[in-house]
Amino acid sequence: MSASAGIASAVGKATTPSQDKRWRLVDATVRRVGHQGRGLIETLHTVQEVFGYLDEEALRYVALALRVPLSRAYGVATFYHFFTLKPAGEHTCVVCMGTACYIKGAPQLLAAMEHDLGIAPGETTDNGKVSLLTARCLGSCGLAPAVVYDHEVAGKVTTQALREHLIKWMPQ
Amino acid sequence: MTPEELEQICQTEREAQAQITRRVNVCVAAGCLSCQSQGVKDALDKEITARGLEKRCQAKGVGCMGLCSEGPLVSTDSGVLYKNVAAGDAGEILDSLETKPVERLLCPTNTPFFQRQTKIVLENCGVIDPERIEDYIAASGYSALIYVLTELLPTQVIEQVVKSGLRGRGGAGYPTGLKWSTVLKASGTQKYVICNADEGDPGAFMDRSVLESDPHRVLEGMMIAAYAVGASEGYIYVRAEYPLAVKRIRIAIRQAERLGLLGSNISGTRFGFHVDVRLGAGAFVCGEETALITSIEGKRGTPRPRPPYPAQQGLNGEPTLINNVETFANIPPIIRNGGDWYAKIGTEKSKGTKVFALAGRVMNTGLVEVPMGITLREIVFEVGGGIPDGRGFKAVQTGGPSGGCIPAEFLDMPVDYESLARVGSIMGSGGMIVMDETSCMVDVAKFFMDFCMTESCGKCIPCRVGTYQMKQLLELITKRAATSQDVAQLEELCDLLKNTSLCGLGQSAPNPVLSTLRYFGEEYKAHVEAHKCPAGVCGNRVAE
Repeated sequence: MSASAGIASAVGKATTPSQDKRWRLVDATVRRVGHQGRGLIETLHTVQEVFGYLDEEALRYVALALRVPLSRAYGVATFYHFFTLKPAGEHTCVVCMGTACYIKGAPQLLAAMEHDLGIAPGETTDNGKVSLLTARCLGSCGLAPAVVYDHEVAGKVTTQALREHLIKWMPQ
Repeated sequence: MTPEELEQICQTEREAQAQITRRVNVCVAAGCLSCQSQGVKDALDKEITARGLEKRCQAKGVGCMGLCSEGPLVSTDSGVLYKNVAAGDAGEILDSLETKPVERLLCPTNTPFFQRQTKIVLENCGVIDPERIEDYIAASGYSALIYVLTELLPTQVIEQVVKSGLRGRGGAGYPTGLKWSTVLKASGTQKYVICNADEGDPGAFMDRSVLESDPHRVLEGMMIAAYAVGASEGYIYVRAEYPLAVKRIRIAIRQAERLGLLGSNISGTRFGFHVDVRLGAGAFVCGEETALITSIEGKRGTPRPRPPYPAQQGLNGEPTLINNVETFANIPPIIRNGGDWYAKIGTEKSKGTKVFALAGRVMNTGLVEVPMGITLREIVFEVGGGIPDGRGFKAVQTGGPSGGCIPAEFLDMPVDYESLARVGSIMGSGGMIVMDETSCMVDVAKFFMDFCMTESCGKCIPCRVGTYQMKQLLELITKRAATSQDVAQLEELCDLLKNTSLCGLGQSAPNPVLSTLRYFGEEYKAHVEAHKCPAGVCGNRVAE
C-alpha cells in the first residue's frame, strides 16, 4: 500500500500483522500511550522486548497505530542504538567498549572475537549461532573489561575465558 | 500521608528491625550481581531457614557498598566487611556472627578508601534495602518532603537550596537554586520536573548506582523540587541499558503511590505530583537537555538552540526543570539539615560532595563520594590505592568525551568546577578514569573522537562533519602516517568545533584532543616525526 493512502484509511483501525499473541502486548502499550505519536519510543521498546528486533512489518504497524508517518518511525528506530532492525543470533556476546574497559584491554577481546567468529561487531555468524555486539558502557567499570553473555554480565574477562565461553556456544 | 502517619511507619519499621539482632547485608547492585551476589544472598537465606533463625537473623539485599572491584561484598551489623564472597561461604559467615570474623574473607575498612569518604548522597547505599520503602522511611526518608509540604513556602525551599550552594551534578555546574527560581518565576499552565538519568559518559556509573541503591531518595528530591517550582508532573529519563535501575525506580514509584506520597493532594495539601519513567534508547546526545526533551516527546533526540532555555520553554513548550540524579539525591539531606550545613562542606565556589566512579588502572575501582576540594592525588593514590603492578601514573581523565586528560603535574590541584576547567577538563558527571604508562594518549584521544563521531546526531554540520574529519586525522596519526600539517589541521578543527557547534556535544568534543595536545604533545610528536608509539599501543606503521 502507498504510505499516505494507507495512513489515511487505517487511522484508528490498524490491524495487527498476524495472529501472534505477542501483538497483544504491543497493543497494550499503544493503548497506554493513547495512540499518540509521543509514545513512539515506548512502543518500539515493547516491540523489541517481545519480538527481539524491529522489522519492516512492525514499523509499519506501529506507525499506523500511532498515526505517525512511517519515515518518522524508521527515523527513530535507526537513530537510537538500542533498537535493532535485524534478528539476533541464538546467543549474543556484547563486548563493553566504555573507557574503563578500553583502557583494560577490551579492544583485544573484540579483536579475538572478530578473528574467531569471522564477523564484525553488529553481525551474526552464518549458522545463526552467535551475534557479536559492542556496548558504549555497561556501567560495570569496576569490573573492567566486561562482557555480556546472553544478558549475563561477566567481569574481568580474559581472552581465554571468552574463548571458553564461545566453544560452549559453537561446538566444533 | 500526614507527618504523624509517616512517623508511625518509621517507628513500626524501626521496632521491627530492632527485633532482628543479627543482620548480614549482601550487595545486590549491578556490580556485585554480575559476580553472582544473588547466589550468596539465596544461600544465606537458605542457611538461616535451615537453622531456624528467621526471627532473629536476616540476610538483607542492599545497594552498592562502593568497592565494586572486590565483589560480591557482604557486611554484618558489627561493621565487618567481607569481599569476594561465594555462596559456599554462607554457613561460615553465619557461624562467625557469634564468634570472630572469617579471616580469609575480611576486607579491611580502616583504609583510606573508606575513611577518606564523606557520604551524603550515598549515605543509604549499602545500608537500606532499595526495594522496600519502609526501610527508606526508617532512615528518615520522606521526612524532608513532608516537612517542606507542611511547613515551608516554595520560596523558602529555594532559599535553602540557594544557601547550600549546590551546583548541577550533571557536569556543567549551573547553580541549582538559581535554576529552580527561574522555573518558579516562569509563567506557564503546566510545569514539569525531569530527572536526567541518561548517564551516557562511558566510564561513569554514579547515577546507576544511586538509582539501584536508593531510588526513593531521587524521588523525594524530585518531589521537593516540584513543590518548589510549582510543577505537578515529572519524568525520569533513564537509560534502557540499566534494566535493574529501571526496575527499582518503578518499584519505588509504585510504593510511594501506594502510601499516598505520590499522587494528588499529598499530605492533605493542594500539592500533587505524578511521575513516569521514560526509557532512553542509547543515544549519548540525549543527555543534553533539549535533546532529552525531544526524546521524551517521542522523536529523534536532536538538540535545539538555546535560548529559550527549558526553564522557560521545555517539554511541550512549558517551563521545565531538568536536574541530574545526583543533584536530586542531594536535596533531602539539604532540607533536613539546612542549606548552611551543606555549604560548610567543600570549597568556596564548589560546595558539598561529589560522587566519582573511579575506574581504569587503579587498585580500588568503584564508587566513591568525596568532599569538593580534595586533591586528585588523594583520590587516586589514597582513596584509589595507587596504580597496580608497580607502573607509573600517566593521566586521569574526567568528564568523559567532553572532558580532558589531566597529567601528573596537576595531581595536587583541588577537585572543584573551576580548577578542572582551568586545566582544560571539566567536572563532568563524575567518571574518573586513571591511566598508566601503558596507555597511548593519542589513542585515547582517538577513542573519544570516535565516540563523539558515532554519537553526533547529525543536525549541525560542524559536529557531524568535523568529528569525522578529526577522527580521520587521529587515525592517520596513530597509524604514524601523518605529517605536521595534519596536526595543525587537527588543532584548527578543534577551534572550529568548539565555537560553531549547536550543542554541548560538538562544542566539547575537541576537549580530549586539546588536553592531550597540550600536556602530551611529545606523544603526538613521536607518532608524527619519529613514527613511534612510545606506549607501544598503536599498531605498525601503514605505508601510504
